[in-house]
Amino acid sequence: MLYFSKLRIFTILIASLFFLFFTLSNFTKLDDSFFNKKINLGLDLQGGSYLLLEIDNKPVITKELQNKITFLKTYFKDKNINIFNLKIYNQNSIRFETDETNVELIKDIFVDKEESVNPFYEKYKSHQFDLENQNNIFTITLSKYGIIELKNSSLDQAIEIVRRRIDEVGTNEPNILKRGNDRILVELPGLDDPMRIKNLLGKTANLTFRFVSKSTEAEFGTDLMEFEDGSESPVYINKRIILSGENLLDAQPRVDSQTNETVVTFSLDRVGAKRFGKATISGVGKRFAIILDDKIISAPVIQEAIVDGSGQITGGFTFQSATDLALLLRSGALPAPMNIIEERTVGPGLGKDSIKAGVLALIIGFSLVIAFMIFKYKIFGLIANTALIFNLFFLVGILTLFEATLTLPGIAGIILTVGMAVDANVLIFERIKEEKAHEKNQLIAFDSGYTKSRTAILDANITTFIAAIILFFLGSGPIKGFSITLGVGILTTLFSVYFIARLLTSLYIVRNKDREIKI
Amino acid sequence: MKNIQFNRYYKLFTLISSGMSIISILLLIFKGLNFGIDFKGGTLIELRAIDKQINISSLRSSFSKMNLGDVAIKNFGEDYDFLIKFEKKGPEKDLIQNIKKNLNASIGSGYEIRRVENVGPKVSAELLKGGLIAIAVSLGAMLFYIWIRFEWQFSIGAILALFHDVLITMGIFSLIGLEVNLSIVAAILTIVGYSMNDTVVIFDRVRENLKKHIDLKIFELTNLSINETLSRTIITSVTTLLALLSIFLFGGEILKGFSFAMILGVILGTYSSIFIANPILVNLKVNYKTIVKEED
Repeated sequence: MLYFSKLRIFTILIASLFFLFFTLSNFTKLDDSFFNKKINLGLDLQGGSYLLLEIDNKPVITKELQNKITFLKTYFKDKNINIFNLKIYNQNSIRFETDETNVELIKDIFVDKEESVNPFYEKYKSHQFDLENQNNIFTITLSKYGIIELKNSSLDQAIEIVRRRIDEVGTNEPNILKRGNDRILVELPGLDDPMRIKNLLGKTANLTFRFVSKSTEAEFGTDLMEFEDGSESPVYINKRIILSGENLLDAQPRVDSQTNETVVTFSLDRVGAKRFGKATISGVGKRFAIILDDKIISAPVIQEAIVDGSGQITGGFTFQSATDLALLLRSGALPAPMNIIEERTVGPGLGKDSIKAGVLALIIGFSLVIAFMIFKYKIFGLIANTALIFNLFFLVGILTLFEATLTLPGIAGIILTVGMAVDANVLIFERIKEEKAHEKNQLIAFDSGYTKSRTAILDANITTFIAAIILFFLGSGPIKGFSITLGVGILTTLFSVYFIARLLTSLYIVRNKDREIKI
Repeated sequence: MKNIQFNRYYKLFTLISSGMSIISILLLIFKGLNFGIDFKGGTLIELRAIDKQINISSLRSSFSKMNLGDVAIKNFGEDYDFLIKFEKKGPEKDLIQNIKKNLNASIGSGYEIRRVENVGPKVSAELLKGGLIAIAVSLGAMLFYIWIRFEWQFSIGAILALFHDVLITMGIFSLIGLEVNLSIVAAILTIVGYSMNDTVVIFDRVRENLKKHIDLKIFELTNLSINETLSRTIITSVTTLLALLSIFLFGGEILKGFSFAMILGVILGTYSSIFIANPILVNLKVNYKTIVKEED
């Protein structure tokens, strides 16, 4: 156990220098991107905001079912198959009836993998809808995978919109990730007041232009809607949509030079411009409403036909609210509303204090352990301490090399590693002591001390490593940071004990082999 | 090597530990744990007063006007740092903005909001479930590890020692009413690892000694093994505790609960390796044949 070849010593030296370099790389500035790596500080250390958003997919499902109904109507009409009483049934199903004679035919259509009526997802081996029938009444229900597919596509759209909105605000290196099939995780480093972003992400930004109904009573094809600013009492709005946000090319905040009012100007794409033109030509004198997320922003009277595809929205905006509305319109509507279901924000002051406290605790913990080891084992304490220092370099070096994220619990993990890392050396030293008691040849005693302690050391470290791995996979956020430093710490501990400490021990006892070595 | 008659106290400490475990179970059932917002949902605000006039009572009176339900306010480390917790009723997007507005009106702007955490009911339920799963999985993994490493008598000893440590740590948390949050789950998992590690080192020695001293009774043999590994047990506990104490004292308020749980766990883990795990080997009448049979 105690013999080291020159090549081995050389390898250990190189590896040590390699990690030492990466440890130091945290404190320097290098141009080369490979060598200039740094540990990322977690949001709890550098300050910033963590938001977990959840998409409310109910409207997406309802919309999909409505589209399906329209599709089925035309599809079966084209095929001359008579179906009737099509309606949404429960939350995830559509129900319809047909004549006795068509039952088998319809069944065949719905299980046909090539048909567009009920798409077949090859990757899930499942259709979009499950089909049930009782005599001539059919119920088609979104299958498990049909819902997953729907959620995934709405998540894909939503994440794109979220990214656009956050990019427009211009924060530093935001981190936007999918979580499951209906959640989006947003990390915004350095942002201590996520107010504005929260407001922007909390809006679906579904923009529609519709005519205001002349009637003052509920009527078929109208919705009662409130004004955003409450300036007028609610009015009835026609369900028919003239224009929606999809037709928008651009939107910008402006100050109207005549009225000195802040407005949002917009320009429409070709289809939008045509439709808007047609509607305004026929609608001069009528009132139309600009509606965002079911609230009326403004409802101007059409003075003249607007055919150039541009216009402006007034609504008593401040410059800030106009900027945000323009931003929302530019980045597009979310497929479904989103809720913030978890928020964690740390101010930069607290982050700095946490780093300070963590580093202080590390220095004190480290010093205490080092002092204790020297007190207990003298020269071998020094050896164990040297290994411990290398261990720290390895640990920080590896974290840097992989650009891992260091959190406050992560720092705690490093300190804990310092405390537990000496265990392996203690196990070895204590075993050597025992071996020396009945073995005259000290070289043999040292050697068997190393050999016989090996299983206990492995056991001890594997158990903690198991705990670290489970934490890594099941823990969240900062806790993950803890599991990383704890887990990597165990690996570097084993390396430093078996290579650094053993090498030093071997050098020391070979040099002093002719006298009694005390441990 | 020291020679302390640990085995004389096996019965006494088994009794004490059983008592403490029962009390812990009763505490957990009837008093329960003080779950933080991670597991209960709600909002947490850490606020630092720059204006020295701001104190708990002035904060309490201004928060009570905001209609936030039950608001708990306490000092957090320093005199001028406060932790405010409440269960927010519904989703409210401009909650913090409104609170700031209200605070500015009542106590002025001489404060700084240092941290805001808001966990919805769905997420907190998931985090709690996740935490429990993590603890269960880690116990299962340890059980598996020890099962492939040792004979069943040893597995029972190690796992009971493990349950003992986790149970009493939680019992103490319940007794003092310390907050249980995500970092406490991390602490418990680390305790599980540490306690196992400590037990396994002694068990390793027991197994070695079973082969070495065939005629020695297990009652004596466990005592011998404990003594042989005692200095290691103590030194490792001391260095680990030194590291944990420095986190507890200097690592800031946020890590206090975590390091406290770990300190409890290390002390309990060290104790249980000696006084729980070993008496179980004695009770299960482990002897030379126990391990030889396996190796045939």
